[in-house]
Amino acid sequence: MFDSLTSKLGDIFDGLTKRGALSEGDVDAALREIRLALLEADVALDVVKDFIEAVRQRAVGEEVLRSVTPGQMVIKIVHDNMVEMLGGDGSAGDAPGLDETGVNLAGPPPVAIMMVGLQGSGKTTTSAKLALRIQKREKKKVMMASLDVYRPAAQQQLAVLGEQAEVVTLPMVMGEQPLAIAKRAMDSARREGCDVVILDTAGRLHIDQELMDEVAKVSAATNPIETLLVADAMTGQDAVTMAREFNEKVGITGIVLTRVDGDARGGAALSMRAVTGKPIKLMGVGEKLDELESFQAARVAGRIMGQGDVVGLVEKAAETINKEDAEKLAKKMMKGQFSLNDMADQLAQIRKMGDVGGLMGMIPGISKMKKQMAETNIDDKMIVRQQAIISSMTAGEREKPKVLNGSRRRRIAAGSGTSVQEVNRLLKQFKQMGTMMKKMGKMGKKGLLGGMGGGMPPGMMPPGMR
Amino acid sequence: MNEEPKGGWLSRLKQGLSRSAAKLADPITAAFTKRRLDAAAIEELEELLIGADLGVATASKITGNFARTRFDKEVDSDEVRTALAEEIEKILEPVAKPFTVDTDLRPHVVLVCGVNGSGKTTSIGKLAWQLKAQGLTVMMAAADTFRAAAIEQLQIWGERTDSVVIAGKPGADAAGLAYDAFAQAKRQGVDVLLIDTAGRLQNKADLMAELEKIIRVIRKIDESAPHDCLLVLDATVGQNAHSQVEVFKDLVDVSGLMLTKLDGTARGGVVVALAEKFALPVNAIGVGEGVDDMRPFEARAFARSLMGLS
Ligand SMILES: Nc1nc2c(ncn2[C@@H]2O[C@H](COP(=O)(O)OP(=O)(O)OP(=O)(O)O)[C@@H](O)[C@H]2O)c(=O)[nH]1
Ligand SMILES: Nc1nc2c(ncn2[C@@H]2O[C@H](COP(=O)(O)OP(=O)(O)OP(=O)(O)O)[C@@H](O)[C@H]2O)c(=O)[nH]1
Ligand SMILES: [Mg+2]
Ligand SMILES: [Mg+2]
Repeated sequence: MFDSLTSKLGDIFDGLTKRGALSEGDVDAALREIRLALLEADVALDVVKDFIEAVRQRAVGEEVLRSVTPGQMVIKIVHDNMVEMLGGDGSAGDAPGLDETGVNLAGPPPVAIMMVGLQGSGKTTTSAKLALRIQKREKKKVMMASLDVYRPAAQQQLAVLGEQAEVVTLPMVMGEQPLAIAKRAMDSARREGCDVVILDTAGRLHIDQELMDEVAKVSAATNPIETLLVADAMTGQDAVTMAREFNEKVGITGIVLTRVDGDARGGAALSMRAVTGKPIKLMGVGEKLDELESFQAARVAGRIMGQGDVVGLVEKAAETINKEDAEKLAKKMMKGQFSLNDMADQLAQIRKMGDVGGLMGMIPGISKMKKQMAETNIDDKMIVRQQAIISSMTAGEREKPKVLNGSRRRRIAAGSGTSVQEVNRLLKQFKQMGTMMKKMGKMGKKGLLGGMGGGMPPGMMPPGMR
Repeated sequence: MNEEPKGGWLSRLKQGLSRSAAKLADPITAAFTKRRLDAAAIEELEELLIGADLGVATASKITGNFARTRFDKEVDSDEVRTALAEEIEKILEPVAKPFTVDTDLRPHVVLVCGVNGSGKTTSIGKLAWQLKAQGLTVMMAAADTFRAAAIEQLQIWGERTDSVVIAGKPGADAAGLAYDAFAQAKRQGVDVLLIDTAGRLQNKADLMAELEKIIRVIRKIDESAPHDCLLVLDATVGQNAHSQVEVFKDLVDVSGLMLTKLDGTARGGVVVALAEKFALPVNAIGVGEGVDDMRPFEARAFARSLMGLS
């Protein structure tokens, strides 16, 4: 379910003997599937072709390691190749003069950072996120200026975000043109002793010659140390043309991938990186100003291949879940000793992990579950209510839910400020979970979540999900 | 503001669409100046359609239909283009339905939703402009109370189109605001109420629940509202459009799509696949940032432009 590419490749290789080197025939069959997977992930056609060729050369003749299947072996080669092509993890951050975000700030202050991209890609939001990050982490003084004189309330949007981030924004002057605003921003930053000026530009189409000229002029006048192309992770095949044009006409130094918190496969990342050769430096993972992260190639590679954002998921889980507790709980559950007390613990853990929907959403192909979650209304609020229900029970009731007759249920509903229906629903879910856990115990490692990197204790399934 | 259109709207539309199509059409010309339609040729065609965001399944279906009648025959590029355009037109024809207002409703309530930055607010401005031109009265509700300056943005569109904008404070309850606007629109007998909502990614359960809540709350006034729920899609989007439509359709009963930013090289090819899979009407397209940059979606023009035919 989480790993359709792996299972497809498994099918292809099933008929083959497991040992020995990968033959050309094996590899070709696998590459056809991989080609499709990449196209469905929005990787541009030309990039797919180059990529497949590179993988072919690497894979043919490769010894299949003892512990893995040929399918897994090919996946690994594909994965490694993709991580490499995406620029590796944190590679940009190693060069001298770069801060840990990989954003270059070295130069006589004030240095300019210019944000460019298509309409609505996330430039203004990212400007504020980046300003906040530089100001907080690098302890540098940042000023932001909006050069967007076209979109209604664009300058105001940046000003509001500046207030939220406690970052200075250049005061607006009605009727001033972008080039003049940029120059005024640099002057005033110099006077006010700012280290960094972030120039937020208007969204523009790469085929709009007039607007591309405009931004090129701003670039010439301010000589930005970074020109970041802000692009949506959901972008389709045209990402390649768009990135090429921005790079040729304006000269970009890096890419910011936004809306990585969505469930898009994000193949555009690979296309843009391949066609411009410029590093992807940052990714936006939400609308809030602290939701900006350094680019992680392995994580994005996993998504492009349709394996879900396993890294992100596991990381998030690991951050919040005490591993030993989880293992203990898992063992108990598999033995069928799962009590309502354990369920309460589990609810608390799920809540700690934050937005349940967001978490599950990191896995593409999980839309069915999302739907069920929406239907059953699993959200933070519901979890709070369920916790209230359990805490309104006596210790005895929690250990032996069988004793919960109608009058006890009514008492619990009143005590927790919920309804009898909700209490019933919780008990039903509890029962279902018990059954599911037992099943999973039987399936062992191949269990529902076993394929997700092994870091996920089975108890993490939100209740009520079948 | 860059509002003055360059040339008539038809030429702008063509210009926009064919810009998108230029890249697609040229390789066809290159690959098919009289050539035998063999398996390799078909695969190339399929790839070209995939390159226009039609997706693997739809691309192979279209080329498959084409190949059935012409396989192994000598074909030239014009023939290929015309035939593919016809296949695409067939798929799009049933979904090309303009947006219409039921003037008996007063107000006809339109909920506008979609992922972040797709063009919801701008589309409301453009739609209001068209409705006003038809002599209808329009009210807007600024139910995006989350994004910075979203309210001000809609208010400017209200001024441009001379429409009343009902707005609250940033951070206010979106559903409550929509309710108030609906009540007011009803009192005033306004023809159309356009509700702007915050951008939300379809995988965020909490934000999707908020959208459902808006609907629940406005139904307290009228069980049949909203009378239309428009999903705004950015034409640069790739295969994720499927997930967007699927989830929004399930949760809020989308009645039609608006495809924006078609003035770009965005080919909007994904709409062909969407038409096949979901059969949702495409009510309008956006071809620019100006107030008069909204057009009806025309299957034949779109399909032919996509194939580089005039
Ligand atoms: N979920 C999510 N939303 C984002 C992210 N980055 C930006 N957004 C949202 O995307 C929408 C558009 O963002 P803006 O920053 O206004 O985009 P822009 O590129 O400045 O837009 P224009 O100036 O009109 O071209 C807003 O609703 C943002 O809140 C992200 O990483 N994740
Ligand atoms: N070129 C072009 N740009 C468009 C079109 N429609 C909208 N835009 C631009 O896309 C950007 C985002 O548009 P908005 O209307 O703010 O999008 P939104 O969906 O309301 O965004 P959020 O509320 O932040 O989710 C703006 O810069 C618009 O001017 C179109 O048809 N063509
Ligand atoms: Mg902006
Ligand atoms: Mg908006």
